[in-house]
Amino acid sequence: MPSFAAGLRRKSIIPGFGLTLGFTVCYLSLIVLLPLAATFVETSKIGWHEFWRIVTAPRAVAAYGLSFGAAFIAAGINFFLGTLVAWVLVRYRFPFKRILDSLVDLPFALPTAVAGIALTAIYAPNGLFGRPLSALGIHVAFTRLGIVVALTFIGLPFVVRTVQPILEDLDKELEEAAVSLGASRWKTFTRVLYPAIAPAAITGFALAFARGVGEYGSVIFIAGNMPMRTEIAPLLIVTKLEEYDYSGATAIATLMLLISFVLLLGINLLQRWSGRRGERDAPERPGLSPAMV
Amino acid sequence: MVNALPASAAPAVTESAFVRRLLIGTSVLFLGAFLLVPLGCVFAAAFAQGVAAYAASFHDPDTLSAIRLTLLAAVIAVPCNLAFGVAAAWAIGKFEFFGKSVLIALIDLPFSISPVVAGLTYVLLFGSQGWFGPWLAAHNVQIIFAVPGIVLATIFVTFPFVVRELLPTIAAQGNDEEEAALTLGANGWQTFLKVTLPNMKWALLYGVILCNARAMGEFGAVSVVSGHIRGLTNTMPLQIEVLYNDYQFVPAFAVASLLALLALATLVVKSVVEWRAAAIERPSP
Amino acid sequence: MSIAVRNVTKTFGSFTALDNVSLEIPQGRLVALLGPSGSGKTTLLRIIAGLENADSGEVQFDGRDISDRTARERRVGFVFQHYALFRHMTVLENIAFGLRVRPRRLRPSRAEITARVGQLLDLIQLRNQAGRYPSQLSGGQRQRVALARALAVEPSVLLLDEPFGALDAKVRQELRRWLRELHDEVGVTSVFVTHDQDEALEVADQIAVMNAGKIEQVGTPDEVYHNPASSFVYNFLGNVNLFHGRVDNGTARIDREATGHLLFVRPHALEIGRQPVGPNSLRARTTHINAAGPVVKIEALTEWGARVQVEIPQERFAALGLRKDEEVFITPRDLAIFSNDKRVS
Repeated sequence: MPSFAAGLRRKSIIPGFGLTLGFTVCYLSLIVLLPLAATFVETSKIGWHEFWRIVTAPRAVAAYGLSFGAAFIAAGINFFLGTLVAWVLVRYRFPFKRILDSLVDLPFALPTAVAGIALTAIYAPNGLFGRPLSALGIHVAFTRLGIVVALTFIGLPFVVRTVQPILEDLDKELEEAAVSLGASRWKTFTRVLYPAIAPAAITGFALAFARGVGEYGSVIFIAGNMPMRTEIAPLLIVTKLEEYDYSGATAIATLMLLISFVLLLGINLLQRWSGRRGERDAPERPGLSPAMV
Repeated sequence: MVNALPASAAPAVTESAFVRRLLIGTSVLFLGAFLLVPLGCVFAAAFAQGVAAYAASFHDPDTLSAIRLTLLAAVIAVPCNLAFGVAAAWAIGKFEFFGKSVLIALIDLPFSISPVVAGLTYVLLFGSQGWFGPWLAAHNVQIIFAVPGIVLATIFVTFPFVVRELLPTIAAQGNDEEEAALTLGANGWQTFLKVTLPNMKWALLYGVILCNARAMGEFGAVSVVSGHIRGLTNTMPLQIEVLYNDYQFVPAFAVASLLALLALATLVVKSVVEWRAAAIERPSP
Repeated sequence: MSIAVRNVTKTFGSFTALDNVSLEIPQGRLVALLGPSGSGKTTLLRIIAGLENADSGEVQFDGRDISDRTARERRVGFVFQHYALFRHMTVLENIAFGLRVRPRRLRPSRAEITARVGQLLDLIQLRNQAGRYPSQLSGGQRQRVALARALAVEPSVLLLDEPFGALDAKVRQELRRWLRELHDEVGVTSVFVTHDQDEALEVADQIAVMNAGKIEQVGTPDEVYHNPASSFVYNFLGNVNLFHGRVDNGTARIDREATGHLLFVRPHALEIGRQPVGPNSLRARTTHINAAGPVVKIEALTEWGARVQVEIPQERFAALGLRKDEEVFITPRDLAIFSNDKRVS
């Protein structure tokens, strides 16, 4: 075993460290780090002024504003409704509960393009939901509202799946203690239960938000894609690529990368704060770990 | 689910029946509207003109080659990421070393990057104006706007799936059984194949299934690198987009229905895996 | 195979687990490493097995330095505290594992493996459970399988890490006896780690008492119990009453205040009666009497408020007819005096 690898770690008698770590680092570098490096290097070739000009252009600013704003609202909806769903799935029994529980993961497993066309079909003016909503004057498809709807779909499992394990592990005795001390049900919820699940819910919110910002496939069908109004940031990148504006696309992509890193850092810190690192998942539940976007 | 309060729990520790029903109702409505309806819509729209029209969608040669390309990308990407996933889970789960958390964070990267950005980074590497562009052109190798690019982009976006499923399992199971195997005379490979691998088979299976589902369904990254050349560089999701934009709704939803079935199969496998894994870990009476 | 540990030191970060430890384990003996948590006993065992590497010092098997050999090469049988049975293999496959992973030229034939495994199954009396999985067995059964698995490869050394720690009291008793008989039958050099002094005293040929990374004493159970070399050993190997005292012309005297000496007396080495007997009799008042058990346990408070525990046989108690809150005189029969943790008398 190369002594370099041996020096890096506490000696262990389990074999295979050098081999597996070496392969891991090589693969990681080739597939992930090299392309990312290329992006940053190409961006630096653009020069700071040009970079700044591109990323602050009105159309670009409108695009991020839309991506971030819609992602924020969608994650917010999922924060509340996702917590509710997690509560209901853990605490109550009702028919078809197990099926619904499994279905919560559908947005993870379903390709984004499929989700995109399905949602468009439903919310189009002549669609299942679109028609009654239009009658009420609410237009979903080809508007910003449609983008929020799509991102809500995409982000649905995040809050649910981060809150569920916490709720399942909550000791019933906590609530019994609160009640024996005279707390009402609502008080028990706000003072005992909610603080326990809030960190997980916030982590789920952050994950849903991060995913929503970069989402492409499920949004472009329902969005309408009009610049300055319903054009999301990833679409802007694609458009610039199609126009052969490589520097423009790269600049915006770099900005989004930087924002992703910041979000990733924030999420990791959040997870550490809430005491979970994904490894907390018990081995008997190979479920989707919370960091999975 | 073991800790769930039964509906008939002591009255002091649960909500009134009215509140319960209200909460359940709201959740079911929410889930129904956002999950069941879209799912149902896919199949309803696919069969909107009858079974014959549905079947006819798959006679289109472009659609068939899209299906082939999707399968090809998955067949290459999944084993690659499987090998990586196992190696990384072993290195990270069984050893302590400096820089471990950095490594984990780096592995998480593809999750937090927009798929479009992911595709763009490959264009910057292998595109005609990219770092390797001139070299590739000189050797007559095409990556971007060709199949290799699609495969690479697929590998990138599904990169962390297997690791992420294996890590908790490997880390939680500890090293005891492996140490026992070593004292009994097994070498490294024997220990891995006979002791470690069987212990994580369910997590591994699920990781592979999920990796596969995502590989087949990837849209944004592949869209950027593919060039959308009909019959050549369109995967199933891209073909769906093409058909949809051509107003060929039934064929679009027909292809979508295949992917939706794959998603449902993924969910079924997940349930089975969870159930089996829980059964194994449960201590005997 | 005899084992020799020479000047082994092991630290984990800033924590010293073993501090220049040396130990001789003769061929064929059953030796206990006894000590509280953190005393280094498990670390020492794992270093002998090759599951940890010592920072300095060496380990010898039959006089040959084997510090460079890996765990696999040392061919020791190791029984883990939590059994470490291969959860997805049956009892039979677990036991056969060591034989099946041998390189081709060293591997016994399938028939031989079956025969050997069958022998072991009979030895541990689990022939009927051969097809079961570990999760279907009780703790005691799992422990026996772990032992059989370790023995299957015919190791020259058997190492056991707190083998009975996780079991019920009754099961522990049975398995202790069983281990002793097994050792007498098989005769392989064995070392086991425990924090339970009753277990060590009952099972082992020799005990090495460890504390904070050092070996306090090595001896037969008789030796360590009746001639403890330090106050730690005395205290660890049984109940003890502690007094301040001094040595006066060769005889020990108990004092009320600290004089720099510590006097140790076992509860059953105290006489209790209604009259003083000699200058060392202490006046005390009984506070609690527990007559339910093989001996009667009496708690008393001396004049100066020190608590004393006395154990007397049931007959003696019946003869005395003692009650709670009675004035009594307690006389030590057998004192051990330690000054600066060294035995003085």
